[in-house]
Amino acid sequence: MKIHEYQGKELLRKFGVPTPRGISCLSVEEAVKAAETLGGNIWVVKAQIHAGGRGKGGGVKVAKSLDDVRAKATEILGMQLVTHQTGPEGQKVRRLLIEDGADIKKEYYVAVLTDRATQKVAIMASSEGGMDIEEVAHATPEKILKEFVDPLVGLTDAQAETLARGIGVPDASVAQAVQAIKGLYTCYMETDASMAEINPLILEGNGNIKALDAKFNFDSNALFRHEDIVAYRDLDEEDPDEIAASKFDLAYIALDGNIGCLVNGAGLAMATMDTIQLFGGSPANFLDVGGGATTEKVTEAFKIMLKNPEVKGILVNIFGGIMKCDTIANGVVSAAREVKLSVPLVVRMKGTNEDLGKQILKESGLPIISADTMAEAATAIVAAVK
Amino acid sequence: MSILINKNTKVITQGITGKTGQFHTEKCIEYANGKNCYVAGVNPKKAGESVLDVPIFATVKDAKAQTGASASVIYVPPAGAAAAIWEAVEADLDLVVCITEGIPVRDMLEVRNKMKAKEAAGGKKTVLIGPNCSGIITPEELKIGIMPGHIHKKGRIGVVSRSGTLTYEAAAQLSEVNLGQSTVVNIGGDPINGLKHIDVLEMFNNDPETDAIIMIGEIGGPDEANAAEWYAKNGKKPIVGFIAGVTAPPGKRMGHAGALISGGADTADAKLAIMEASGFKVTRNPSEMGKLLKSLL
Repeated sequence: MKIHEYQGKELLRKFGVPTPRGISCLSVEEAVKAAETLGGNIWVVKAQIHAGGRGKGGGVKVAKSLDDVRAKATEILGMQLVTHQTGPEGQKVRRLLIEDGADIKKEYYVAVLTDRATQKVAIMASSEGGMDIEEVAHATPEKILKEFVDPLVGLTDAQAETLARGIGVPDASVAQAVQAIKGLYTCYMETDASMAEINPLILEGNGNIKALDAKFNFDSNALFRHEDIVAYRDLDEEDPDEIAASKFDLAYIALDGNIGCLVNGAGLAMATMDTIQLFGGSPANFLDVGGGATTEKVTEAFKIMLKNPEVKGILVNIFGGIMKCDTIANGVVSAAREVKLSVPLVVRMKGTNEDLGKQILKESGLPIISADTMAEAATAIVAAVK
Repeated sequence: MSILINKNTKVITQGITGKTGQFHTEKCIEYANGKNCYVAGVNPKKAGESVLDVPIFATVKDAKAQTGASASVIYVPPAGAAAAIWEAVEADLDLVVCITEGIPVRDMLEVRNKMKAKEAAGGKKTVLIGPNCSGIITPEELKIGIMPGHIHKKGRIGVVSRSGTLTYEAAAQLSEVNLGQSTVVNIGGDPINGLKHIDVLEMFNNDPETDAIIMIGEIGGPDEANAAEWYAKNGKKPIVGFIAGVTAPPGKRMGHAGALISGGADTADAKLAIMEASGFKVTRNPSEMGKLLKSLL
């Protein structure tokens, strides 16, 4: 689960990481009032959407008077902000963060994530803050420093200092940088984050260290123990179809092809998408119905897939283990009837009571095409949508 | 022979009184020698009772002491599953198979580091399979997990995979071309887990009764690439490889918590290329894993 920058900064402050003062707002009037409340003579108007790359897309502007705040807020609020992470249609800006302007002397990068290979927590830091870190990693990998932390021991002062000095924080500011890095680590662990990134972490003219941005992602399996984090969820920023799917315990991700697919198991679902492409088609979605492919779940899955106007055919691929193929076949038949399915449907079922399942499909009177292997199923659906 | 489990392995079910644990323990007892292998269940509140004729003990330690069990399978709900793994490790079991899906990553990080610290201090090493997996089966001997038993056949091919139903697919394809399996291991789809591809490859490579291997992976993480590079130097047996997710977009988690392209080097294409360069016979058509393996023998 992702959250907004202003929420991330709230979390960082709780864990002792300094940030600029800021106020989040939903209207232009609120934005002007926020600037007045903050005082000073320079402010930053920042679009709050979950995607990164907001600055480049025109979603972050500096304002030098209250009139300027009004102008910039008017410009950004309500715009379709397009960044490299939003896709071409962009994301509507519904909220702004008005912040004190910062006196940036140097920009750093620091992030925390879980490293699969070492099964430790990795802290990454770089002198090249404010840039796309993927590009830094690609072009100058030596400029990214890493420290691995045993979660049973925690991040030591020595490790944090190695990073701070390694990225070139001046002596006088090292203690503050150590505090910021340790705060970020503690925040990551305590909130069950899966990614926490400050880009940039800045050195101000007066030597102070501050987090100028905050990006978080949280482990959805751990949300049950974090009511405060769940309260940060902003459904406007999430795909409505993915939300609808998750209510029925379906994992759904829209893609840009025209063949809907419904599969049990994430690996088999990906393998099915791959097979569709291998045989000349293009998958419209990833959809894992999980262990229990019940009539209710299959019906909902059909409805969600068919909401996509591009879908010209559906491929169902179920490996019936504990769930028997006849049960699944009954589910598919009643789901197809309920949604009055009008696009071609290919069903490939394998496993327990396979023959009985096929017989049910055949006797349903519905124009369902049966297939024995994934390859046959893909060939059939690709032909049917042409 | 087989790896990790056989018809003589004695198994404890942790979470035997829950609906899922009871259902699958029953299926496992019905399979091959299961009746003799499932010797204990654990539930601190129901010690002294029994389920499915299996006696229940208060702790894993008690269950092991009373029955001589060396392995356990975990169906405990996510919030308590990591603690259940640690209980089995503290009881010095040889093998723990954790079926539970949805365990917080931090819990797994902590228990994995505790396991490593215990081993480093000279304590007994417990092998963990999973979590979020369908388990392990040595066909016609013993099944520990939720896979359908009947699609498997006794034989000499080893299968290791991250995804459950795709593992079934491989086993069923092998059985259809009359190639049985020595052992089929599903290591699970979570980012922080126990056995990795490389560990299972090493076991199959050393098992005199495994003649060839199918390795199945997914997008995300470095594990398949590490296993392939190891196999390039050490592999002695024909091996077929498949990676799911050629069509998966970056930055989107494809069901499994671990199936997420993050760095660019963990795409399906990148992994397939490394596997091919390491001497794997790779395929992009998951329908032909079984046939392809047969062609190598």
